[in-house]
Amino acid sequence: MSTRVRVNPISCVAHGLCAELLPERVTLDDWGYPMVDSRPLSAAELAHARRAAAACPTLAVLLVADPAR
Amino acid sequence: MSEQPAGLPRLLARPPGATRVDLAAHAATHGALAMPGPRRGGDRALRELVAASGLRGRGGAGFPAGQKMAAVAGGRRAVVVGNASEGEPASSKDRVLLATAPHLVLDGLALAAAAVGATDTYLYVHTASTHARASLDRALAERAAARVDPVRPQVVLAPDRYVAGQETALVSLVNGGPAKPTFTPPRPFEKGVEGRPTLVSNVETLAHIALIARHGAQWFRSLGSAEDPGSALATLSGAFPADGVVELAMGTTLRQLSDDLGGLPHPPTAVLLGGYYGTWLRPDAVWDTPLGHHSLRSAGSSFGAGVVVVLDQRHCGLAESARVLAYLAQESAGQCGPCAHGLPAIAGAFSRLVAGRSSSAAAQAQRWAGMVAGRGACQLPDGAAAFAASALATFAEEVQRHSQHGPCVASRSTLLPVGPPPRTEQDWL
Repeated sequence: MSTRVRVNPISCVAHGLCAELLPERVTLDDWGYPMVDSRPLSAAELAHARRAAAACPTLAVLLVADPAR
Repeated sequence: MSEQPAGLPRLLARPPGATRVDLAAHAATHGALAMPGPRRGGDRALRELVAASGLRGRGGAGFPAGQKMAAVAGGRRAVVVGNASEGEPASSKDRVLLATAPHLVLDGLALAAAAVGATDTYLYVHTASTHARASLDRALAERAAARVDPVRPQVVLAPDRYVAGQETALVSLVNGGPAKPTFTPPRPFEKGVEGRPTLVSNVETLAHIALIARHGAQWFRSLGSAEDPGSALATLSGAFPADGVVELAMGTTLRQLSDDLGGLPHPPTAVLLGGYYGTWLRPDAVWDTPLGHHSLRSAGSSFGAGVVVVLDQRHCGLAESARVLAYLAQESAGQCGPCAHGLPAIAGAFSRLVAGRSSSAAAQAQRWAGMVAGRGACQLPDGAAAFAASALATFAEEVQRHSQHGPCVASRSTLLPVGPPPRTEQDWL
């Protein structure tokens, strides 16, 4: 089982907290919306990702569990 | 199985002199149809027949039709929706199909319902397609009088918006919301109309199923190639001697197509395949490529819903692209930031390229196309990005010329159609 980050683009309104809390995976585009590196997270990144997901004011940051390949 | 017709047309076959195939002519033209009875979990043999035919969806994505049915068949109280929203302004094949052969579509809808065990069926029809809607209404009345369908399909009108035909937008409208795409999952096959598993199928796909059920999978494969079997409807415009919808064997090349139509009056300068989600190509890069989902994907293009536009020197590809990109920007539902901001930015860069006023606009458009792709709830940003990137690659000379001399004479005439801008939220209902 691996976990990756996904953004619900309809919920997202570009607060940008995710880019501050998870800079290793999230950068902002020219309009302030998150661009996500959605490769599976390492154990260390997972903790940061959980924090970013919890901090998002619109709950647009999702952690998606992939079935083992 | 009835006598197997050879060659083309298949879907557009009609008695001499008839423009519309009524129920009696339909039976005479295509033969009787043995409709499978209702079965819990759907009719597996029918699903396997469709899978064996190799039929791919004709709405644009080209997903294998049998596989899509299998995903819905497992669920309870499934729903089937025939999709004739045809939001692509350059396409008219679905409305021509409904206006010409509505009973093939309705047979296919009933068959798809039987295949997945659906208890309710819908037809989602572009609101402005008056001929198609009238033909469909007449066909429904003919079938009700003859008691053809166990369940009468409900007709739902699709607003004239580019993304209204996206599966999730369709489900949203049928469920009483605006025809705007929604976040996935859940996908319609899991949770669609009324929360039930929903098969959304383009109406041309359904019409092919009506013929596959009559004549078999091998018959379907007697045209086209192993990967791209059967026939397909295509909407031709631009340099062809006449615009319009044709039925072609998959694998036909643009060279064969233009030869069959008597040749092109002017030499082609560019080709747009796959509509406004598609790609521009130089004619020599694609003139001898077999048309089909598989073959064009290998060539870095797409068959999409069969839109084929051939440009000649009377029209400017750069100016056409700028207009289409402005249209796509206008058609953003405004729900996703990258699309709502990025598409107008790309369109603005293209209008600066047409005006020849900016040396950085090409690089900007390239950057933004790369930025927005894959970042919407639906595929509008991906489609616009691919369209823009292929335009930059194909019309590099035009970009140069415009920057040196300003807009060319040809950029004053317009070819590619675009729809009206949305004014209020009512335009999404």
